Amino acid sequence: MLTIKDLHAQVDGKEILKGINLQVNAGEVHAIMGPNGSGKSSLASVLAGRENYEVTNGEVVFEGKDLLEMAPEIRAREGVFLAFQYPIEIPGVSNINFLRTALNEIRTYKNLPPLDARSFMKLSKERQDLVEFDAKLVNRSLNEGFSGGEKKRNEIFQLAMLEPKLSILDETDSGLDIDALRIVANGVNKLRSKDNAFVMITHYQRLLDYIVPDFVHVLYNGRIIKSGTKELALELEEKGYDWVKEAYYEETV
Amino acid sequence: MEKENQLLEDITNAEYEFGFVTDIPMDIIPAGLNEDTVRFISKKKNEPEWLLEWRLKGYKIFKDAPMPSWQNFDLPPMNFQSVSYYAEPKVKKKLNSLDEVDPELLETFAKLGIPLNEQKHLAGVAVDAVFDSVSIATTYKTKLKELGIIFCSFGEAVQEHPDLVKKYLGTVVPHSDNIFASLNTAVFSDGSFVYIPKGVRCPMELSTYFRINAENTGQFERTLIIADEGSYVSYLEGCTAPKRDENQLHAAVVELIAMEGAEIKYSTVQNWYPGDKDGIGGIYNFVTKRGICKGKNSRISWTQVETGSSITWKYPSVILQGDNSEGEFYSVAVTKNAQIADTGTKMMHLGKNTRSRIISKGISAGKSQNSYRGLVFVGPKADNARNFTQCDSLLLGSNCGAHTFPYIEVKNDTAMVEHEATASKIGEDQVFYLNQRGIDSENAVALIVNGYVKEVLNQLPMEFAVEAQKLLSLTLEGSVG
Repeated sequence: MLTIKDLHAQVDGKEILKGINLQVNAGEVHAIMGPNGSGKSSLASVLAGRENYEVTNGEVVFEGKDLLEMAPEIRAREGVFLAFQYPIEIPGVSNINFLRTALNEIRTYKNLPPLDARSFMKLSKERQDLVEFDAKLVNRSLNEGFSGGEKKRNEIFQLAMLEPKLSILDETDSGLDIDALRIVANGVNKLRSKDNAFVMITHYQRLLDYIVPDFVHVLYNGRIIKSGTKELALELEEKGYDWVKEAYYEETV
Repeated sequence: MEKENQLLEDITNAEYEFGFVTDIPMDIIPAGLNEDTVRFISKKKNEPEWLLEWRLKGYKIFKDAPMPSWQNFDLPPMNFQSVSYYAEPKVKKKLNSLDEVDPELLETFAKLGIPLNEQKHLAGVAVDAVFDSVSIATTYKTKLKELGIIFCSFGEAVQEHPDLVKKYLGTVVPHSDNIFASLNTAVFSDGSFVYIPKGVRCPMELSTYFRINAENTGQFERTLIIADEGSYVSYLEGCTAPKRDENQLHAAVVELIAMEGAEIKYSTVQNWYPGDKDGIGGIYNFVTKRGICKGKNSRISWTQVETGSSITWKYPSVILQGDNSEGEFYSVAVTKNAQIADTGTKMMHLGKNTRSRIISKGISAGKSQNSYRGLVFVGPKADNARNFTQCDSLLLGSNCGAHTFPYIEVKNDTAMVEHEATASKIGEDQVFYLNQRGIDSENAVALIVNGYVKEVLNQLPMEFAVEAQKLLSLTLEGSVG
């Protein structure tokens, strides 16, 4: 589904990603871990097409198409979803109207007719239940005055509504208490299928207890320096990142 | 949302939509202004002597009145002698019904989305349409008549209800108020008149559409609305004009009078031609609007959506004379290209327990300048007066300006006056967030702006709110990037 080859990117002239290689297939869940400042969120931003990131080298192919050529909204319509680390507040724009606009943009792109009000409300109700999203929040202004946890849960609700092929969860677990974490994880687990894929960016093993990944990658200093299965995450939790870094430097020296 | 999407889809063209000219034979008097012009207009309209005298009083003040100098822009030179002060579509006889109106005129109003025929009945809106100087047709007169409501052109009111006109005309905005009000007093051509009798709740929205069509003319209409004790009326006004390279002056006066327990809601969607992207042409919109809450427990609410005109200079105000009376001002002012808006309100608290609320939302794009100017005055007898003011500015781009000039004058120490102000730019983060959900930047900005002005648009009657939303989207088309 997603192939990243030798991806280099910079912000304000400073190189942040220094040659990322990653293959994500349909049906897979990947976890990307790593210490602060290693480039995890930058990778998410580059994939979503944030403007201030400049790709200097490499390629990203999504479903056979050059992702880097596409405007951010086209990437979204093609099926790339980013659950933001810090979801944005938009006063006066109701959550549900925003979602309906988004969903219909995506449907129009796929040559599907826009969803009528009734079917849309039905879908919304169904997905609210699925991800245990508070009905009260649906009609409020988009993220305005939401708690940190409510914002993160709203990201998962949007994910459930828009049904992307590839979902990138940027530290969705940060700032969640244990109950909220469980609800978010349950939601993601219910949305997993053989046709979609998830890339979860996280600091902590904790999330991976609830959403079990197929692969775990360690990102450090702009490169993936180690990949493995879910056991790697446990090992990281136990030993920290230093041993991976050391092993990596020994290899490269 | 369906509607909202529809509106967004309609955004295909940033050009001024209503810039066409209607080709119709007109009677236009030569440009220029002197006492004879005033007499000519008064005679043409078959006015009583007292009204001519009042016009001449206005003219005398106008002749020597200074131009205002306190606004936040350089007033362009205005040559009042190069304007024609009267234009009317040529008609042979008095019209008895809509069927006799020139089809081309009806088509003009249809193009503007204002069917004057009975279709409007379904929407529950009674319409008066003013084309250049003359009121063309007032629909639903009969139905309103049954309730004792008078809704007609100003000229007609002078003929049919001279006592009411004489009693109230100029009582809120005197002939000497400011140079533009004095000019209006001298040469006003037509406008609308509304009287709601005691205890009557007007069952439909009353609406006037103003259209400037002829070249080198000004439009000087006058609106007078009287809501008698315990009555209610909601009044809407919309305006458009053809595209022309010369500036045209629009100097209207609106007076509202609310008696004890009465309520007047006055909504405006102003879309005069704003000039081209370099600021050539456009309407100079210098308007005096003021209401008085004369009786106890009365209420006046102004809502305005200002998107057009090359210069907008208007401050719809409320004199809160009756005890427990309430005044409100909700405003959205959008400027782009080289447009200038200097707008706001005055809330004059004179009675006890009077309350006022001001919500102003400015949006500036291009190299435009957008100013909020407001005065909250609390007189010595106005015990327990309350005011809340919130004025927000949103900037699109970095070449435009947003300014806020709030004045507060309090002469009673029981008053509570609150003022909040914010200025923000549409965040790249907000646009990117919406992009990431599949919404392109143009639509993202439309969504954000509509969210920003929602509090004001919610004050408009449904039909108008939709129109206003559409206008905002059209106005801001191409302002992002």
